[in-house]
Amino acid sequence: MSQLRYEAPGSVDEAVALLASDSDAKVLAGGTDLIVQMRSGLRKLGLVVDVKKIDELMSVSSDGGAWTIGAAVSGAEMNENAALKKDWPGVVEAVDLIGSTQVQGRASAGGNLCNASPAADSVPAMVAAGATAVIAGPNGRREVPVEQVPVSPGKTSLATGEMVVAIKMPAKPARNGEAYLRMIPRTEMDIAIVGAGVSLTLDDGGTCTAAKVALGAVAPTVVIVDDAAKALIGTKVDDAALEKMAAACSAACKPIDDKRGTIEYRTKVAGVMARRAALIALERARSN
Amino acid sequence: MAKKYHVSATVNGDPVEFLCSGQETMLDVLRDRLELTGAKEGCGSGDCGACSVTVDGRLICSCLMLGVEAEGTSIETVEGMADGDQLTPLQRIFLEEEALQCGICTPGVLVAAKALLAKNPDPDETTIRYWLAGNLCRCTGYDKIVRAVQKAAAEMRA
Repeated sequence: MSQLRYEAPGSVDEAVALLASDSDAKVLAGGTDLIVQMRSGLRKLGLVVDVKKIDELMSVSSDGGAWTIGAAVSGAEMNENAALKKDWPGVVEAVDLIGSTQVQGRASAGGNLCNASPAADSVPAMVAAGATAVIAGPNGRREVPVEQVPVSPGKTSLATGEMVVAIKMPAKPARNGEAYLRMIPRTEMDIAIVGAGVSLTLDDGGTCTAAKVALGAVAPTVVIVDDAAKALIGTKVDDAALEKMAAACSAACKPIDDKRGTIEYRTKVAGVMARRAALIALERARSN
Repeated sequence: MAKKYHVSATVNGDPVEFLCSGQETMLDVLRDRLELTGAKEGCGSGDCGACSVTVDGRLICSCLMLGVEAEGTSIETVEGMADGDQLTPLQRIFLEEEALQCGICTPGVLVAAKALLAKNPDPDETTIRYWLAGNLCRCTGYDKIVRAVQKAAAEMRA
């Protein structure tokens, strides 16, 4: 095995300079994907830049209701943040679905996003909730909707030297609820064959005024289903609306066939999961 | 000459220093450099939990951490549980309840269960099963493991 160089810079600027200096450099956050890929020989690494000594990557803060979650904050820590969980339970629950308790001790939302797995649990939840990724690079900072980060399985839109430093969640709208559900062949410790994130906002009369529906594991990247959102908007999120939304979700699927789930199964279940997630989101919206 | 990193950490309360290469995992360091062979390598990919340790109080898989990342941290392994020959209630009850067969998963299960009881002194069966979902026992002795954790929790609460 070739020798791996390790650096643990204390600032984003230093991390960016290191990442820009070596085309074989990778960011190390929790390592729950990267170290597995490294050890299995899937990924050749020259340099790992451990970002966990950078305060900004490791802290969660709230400003005027909007949240900034450091890209390397562990799932366990997000789950222990009661205020964050109260505002964005769907996102926190989605992160909590990633792996075991042990994996939760290290895995992060930023890492889940940048690993660019089509089945990443946190991604549809973050997309539905309107999260953005703050990206730092040699030319400064930019902020993009999280769905613009993964571009194909294992690949991101980040340029050489760029890294995600934080995930931003908007201030929680009044009467908004969101939820994420996934289907796995077991009850725990598996990879989603369908993931569905739904966010919806109601007016005082209980009519849906805004919605966003995102699916995971049914296409090479997260799928935003505009027709599913349209099926909810203007309705009381009744059975007819939910049925139309579920059909729109199934229609948007372009899944693979593999040992975890067939194309037919994934396509059908995408609608089922989205419907169940929408009902949880609706319940949460009514109580917010 | 391969570059080695000099790392200072605390393991089971004792200061330790070691040299390791960049790609060595914490599990490799524990077993091969610090001669703490309680943590086991089952899968090497974070699925089985046999290598469970805590780092600054957080339960993790040591196979998914680089040894160099240990700099400045405090790590607890199964070797740090007993006080000499004096087993903790959790360890003793695992023996009394026969909550192990081949024993390969046991160090990881004990470390994980201890972390659970530190956070939740009275977990119900579902909580225990989800918490330990990342600790595979291929002898499939899960019922006895769960019962032993509950019994230890009750004794520790008393």
